[in-house]
Amino acid sequence: MEKLSFRHNTSRALPGAKAQAITGVVASGNLEVLLERALPATECTVEIETPIRGYGEVWAAVVADFVARAEPGGLRITINDGGARPDTVSLRLLQGARLMEV
Amino acid sequence: MTLAEILSALFPEGHSVTVTDGLVSGEGPFRGGRLAVIGIDGDTALGVDGACRLAGHVLDVVRRGGGTPILVAIDSDSQRMSRRDELLGLNEYLAHLAKTLLLADAQGHPTVGLIYGHSAAGAFIATALATRVLVGLPGANPSVMDLPSVARVTKLPLDRLEAMAKDTPVFAPGLDNMVRTGAVQAVLDPDQPLADQIAAVIDAMPNEDSRDRLGRERGGRPVAEEIAAQVVRDAAFG
Amino acid sequence: MGERIIDLAAKGVGKGWATSWYEASARARIDGLLDAGSFREVIGPEQRRMSPHLPLFDLPRAFDDGMIVGSGRLDGKPVLVAAQEGRFMGGAFGEVHGAKLVGLLRAALTLKPAAVLILFDTGGVRLQEANAGETAIAEVMRAITQLRAAGVPVIGLIGGRAGAYGGGGLIAGTCSRLVVSEGGRISVSGPEVIETNKGAEEFDSRDRALVWRTMGGKHRRLTGGADAFADDTIEAFRQAALDGIGRAPAFDLATLQAEQKRLEERLTRFGDCRDATEIWARLGVNDPEAVPALTTADFDALLASLGETTHDAR
Repeated sequence: MEKLSFRHNTSRALPGAKAQAITGVVASGNLEVLLERALPATECTVEIETPIRGYGEVWAAVVADFVARAEPGGLRITINDGGARPDTVSLRLLQGARLMEV
Repeated sequence: MTLAEILSALFPEGHSVTVTDGLVSGEGPFRGGRLAVIGIDGDTALGVDGACRLAGHVLDVVRRGGGTPILVAIDSDSQRMSRRDELLGLNEYLAHLAKTLLLADAQGHPTVGLIYGHSAAGAFIATALATRVLVGLPGANPSVMDLPSVARVTKLPLDRLEAMAKDTPVFAPGLDNMVRTGAVQAVLDPDQPLADQIAAVIDAMPNEDSRDRLGRERGGRPVAEEIAAQVVRDAAFG
Repeated sequence: MGERIIDLAAKGVGKGWATSWYEASARARIDGLLDAGSFREVIGPEQRRMSPHLPLFDLPRAFDDGMIVGSGRLDGKPVLVAAQEGRFMGGAFGEVHGAKLVGLLRAALTLKPAAVLILFDTGGVRLQEANAGETAIAEVMRAITQLRAAGVPVIGLIGGRAGAYGGGGLIAGTCSRLVVSEGGRISVSGPEVIETNKGAEEFDSRDRALVWRTMGGKHRRLTGGADAFADDTIEAFRQAALDGIGRAPAFDLATLQAEQKRLEERLTRFGDCRDATEIWARLGVNDPEAVPALTTADFDALLASLGETTHDAR
């Protein structure tokens, strides 16, 4: 398994009061995303565990794009990847952020 | 040990245990009372008909009462794999057999499993694993699935699986692994009187299901006991 | 993969009762089944109690190991719930997965809920953790009978894509009541395993109609292998679960003697049948070939006309 970890800063905290959310499933072509409101307001981390090695740069780009779009300040995001494509990852991350904004 | 040897060792004065179509049933004198025996011999697969017969024997013992202990002696294949068995609802028959043993155990008939040969999957769960304490004899071979089949299903090379099996007892077949998992409490000594060993097992039976504790102590299941205990602690109604 | 992404925050239909049970995730099933906001998960995903064994096989893990347990209310009644995620490792029993269910059943002995609900969706034992999974299944069966003897009904709900196979089928057979839908299959050996072992003549695993006739929800309901047939909606399962709580048989000698009789009679009546349609014909179904395509309403009408498909010998 490959473990990846990214840390970003945002300009604001993600709105909402939800402490935690989970979305997705660990299955072929899919992934599970756990989001926790656990960090200082303008920090965000994304940790990934994946059985598909060698795609660090793709993950970095997907995560950076998500952070820019959703500004998920304060969120600790952890991913169990089942071999999802980048667009599925983006979709799940955005879906997760939306769940946290409730 | 063969079934005949086991029965002679258990019942030196004789017994009425018979085998028909691989199904074992009967009883013999034991500690001033009786010991009922049911089981499967000859690496026979367990299907709807066999499970139904064996369950009937267990219910006979419960109806007669008297706290007669029940020995479940097993040398079986897996569940019988056929269209007919599934069509007729094999899951219900196997569950029913397990339930009769669990009921008997709860109603004063200590149940002891003795695996002396093979067993696998649904047959193992419905018989040996449904007893309060399961012991084995050396050479017994309980399994969920043989390694070549596991290799086919998981698409991993067999030699890699064999190497991994050396590092962990959690997936590969074999008596020692089931001892480490906590499913098998002990391996009996074929050179010592069997009746005494079975008597000792009955006398020392735990009141609660402690297989997960054994699994932790022996390293076969490092986390099961604490996970179950945590659920018990944390579950509540708000 | 064809999975429809369900956004829990944006369900269009009220509580989402019309949501397909088959398509829903385990979490969505719990959410739709229980009274709104009542679910309290135990050992939730944030605790990260994952499988200690899957990394050895380079397999990804799930935060909850595919088993979600906790407490909640069903129409105001306190219940304990366990739901399997059938899309993770086929919903199969591993060490943590099994231990969570065992713990829930043991918790029920003290908490004495109105019922324990088990939302099955499993292929059986997880091969990578075979010995742990198999032993857990045995522990579950023992715990269920103990709980039933203490007066707490255990209701099984079967309607997911993995069904209740292998050891899951055996656990289902220990429940007080079983609710099944069209898509829910119950079996011990799977179609592929039967075909691999006995050949395609014995069981053509690619013949989906055969699979459903032999192992599917309608067949099980007709033969008394399940007690209630539900439409593929969360609301239907909810209603059937509530009904089941009120009809749970005791776990005692009388019940098991009745079950012995029921199972012996089934062998006598249908033991020589080659296909489910023959069984259905002998049950009194006028047009057995039409059964698979029947709507839930028509199937319910058929059951009512047959009359004898309900029992409490389980």
